[in-house]
Amino acid sequence: METLITLLVGVLVTIAVYLLLSKNMIRVILGTAILSHAIHLLILTMGGLKKGGVPLIGDEPASYTDALPQALILTAIVISFAVTAFLLVLAYRTYKETGSDNLDTLRGVNDE
Amino acid sequence: MNNFLVMPMVAPLLTGIILIFLRTNVMLQRILAMVSIVLTAGASVYILERIQLEGILRLDFGGWLPPYGILFVADSFSTLLVLTSSIVTGIVLLYSFASTARAEEKMFYYPFIFLLLAGVNGSFLTGDIFNLFVCFEVMLLSSYALITLGGRKVQLVESIKYISINVLSSWFFLLAIAYLYGAVGTLNMAHLSVRVAEVGQGPLLTVISLIFLIVFSLKAGLLLYFWLPGSYSSPPTAVAALFGALLTKVGIYAMFRVFTLIFYHEPGVTHTLIGVMAILTMIGGSIGALAFQDIRQIVSYNVIISVGFILIGLVVSTDSAFQGAVYYLIHDMISKALLFLLAGTMIYLTGKAKIEEMSGLIRNYPIVGWLFFITMLAIAGIPPLSGFIGKVLIGQGAIEAKAYVLLGVGFLSSIFVLYSLLRIFLNSFWGETIISEDEERPLKKGMAIPVVLLGILTVLLGFGPELLAPYVSDAANTLANPEVYIEAVMNGKE
Repeated sequence: METLITLLVGVLVTIAVYLLLSKNMIRVILGTAILSHAIHLLILTMGGLKKGGVPLIGDEPASYTDALPQALILTAIVISFAVTAFLLVLAYRTYKETGSDNLDTLRGVNDE
Repeated sequence: MNNFLVMPMVAPLLTGIILIFLRTNVMLQRILAMVSIVLTAGASVYILERIQLEGILRLDFGGWLPPYGILFVADSFSTLLVLTSSIVTGIVLLYSFASTARAEEKMFYYPFIFLLLAGVNGSFLTGDIFNLFVCFEVMLLSSYALITLGGRKVQLVESIKYISINVLSSWFFLLAIAYLYGAVGTLNMAHLSVRVAEVGQGPLLTVISLIFLIVFSLKAGLLLYFWLPGSYSSPPTAVAALFGALLTKVGIYAMFRVFTLIFYHEPGVTHTLIGVMAILTMIGGSIGALAFQDIRQIVSYNVIISVGFILIGLVVSTDSAFQGAVYYLIHDMISKALLFLLAGTMIYLTGKAKIEEMSGLIRNYPIVGWLFFITMLAIAGIPPLSGFIGKVLIGQGAIEAKAYVLLGVGFLSSIFVLYSLLRIFLNSFWGETIISEDEERPLKKGMAIPVVLLGILTVLLGFGPELLAPYVSDAANTLANPEVYIEAVMNGKE
């Protein structure tokens, strides 16, 4: 199971890097979104994937799942969500202001 | 009552939230902002004193004892930085009262500054590496908003690069945390240190430490500084000063923490690499500082040079080098804020940003001229100003550790700093004045006072290092002996 998820993470990172290297701003933003999903999966995998009970102190304390990675990705998801939202608004505003969403033409703008 | 430890983060956070609701009332926002910043600084002074009496303080959130919960740990190193950043933020706030446009002040300018400060102070105080990531993000999200505030074309374009770079570095941060958790199964920094020492820092852990190095280098501008000059020179003066004073220092702090507390077993790999990066940073920064005509660019490259210089202290890792690094960090926060504010004031007064286009400013504005002169000497490390003591101690440490190349490059970079700033001084302040008397823009009091205050601080730091000496030597002691920190976190009293 771990191997499968790790491979999935690899595929996601590949897609994300491809998108990040493109010139279109929206593609770059989608790339960062996919990249953050990949890392969330990786954090979950690093905690160990196993079927276990909820982490409450009870009869079989040995068999519960590690709750920490889930708490971590919960935080990380919220953060990446916020950053992606901010980036999308910024991209829209930049497009409005400069009339271009091509990162090549945005290089070295100087209005002073 | 260790609960007090949370004050330097919670006070700015709450202020930020309250100020959001006072959007239209700028006067009230300003008053509340000043009150809150004084409280924050006062709280950090109190914590600093208590550390002297009781040793390293710790606050376990929700009563979860380490290593299980999230915790705040205040040692002298972090608290000194918290204090300095609060003071610098306060003075920059004073400056922004005079320099920021009313429209921006109503667009949540003050709330964002306070949220930024909350993130910065949180990063300094936290004792948990995932919490460090969260505080980084709090700080970065407010910096994203501040850098775009105003929405000029150049700000928008630069901020896209800035944000993309930071999203990538956050990704690497999470990657390193994930692998570290997979490898040693804990996130508490003191506990991490214990576990890493137990299993030995093998190749896997060294690679993880190098990923951390990449992350913090991107934040601090160590070698990976290509994004820095553009994004630090585009926002308004006060914001740029805050960035130059605080943001890179958080990266440097994290690097000191991680490489003195957790990954100190393989200095041959990690510390050597940091040394090479520091040398390249100083060379690159010096070239940049000499190459540009735009004042803001020159000042931004000066930030980069000092990052390289402070990290010499980490590379040589002797007690005096750590002391020097702490002194230099404090000096650098104050003097870089001052430098950015002066550069911004010059641009405000002349309406030009290139040094060739300015001339003879000292005739019209003697205060600005002489303050620039003092700042230049302080940053170059001329005694008795604030940069001197840090430079001497770092140099002493480098000699003790026989790191002569680092020493040479470090002190050579000071000459380039001096030269690059002297170029501004000669071009802009000396010579025939370009401003005739009727065209002369008056220097606003609100701009002059904060700049003078920062100037007084650099002079004070240079004349009275004994005042800080007990705190600094305590900070250096904790950095040099990680056991002190571990003992306080793992076994210290509640």
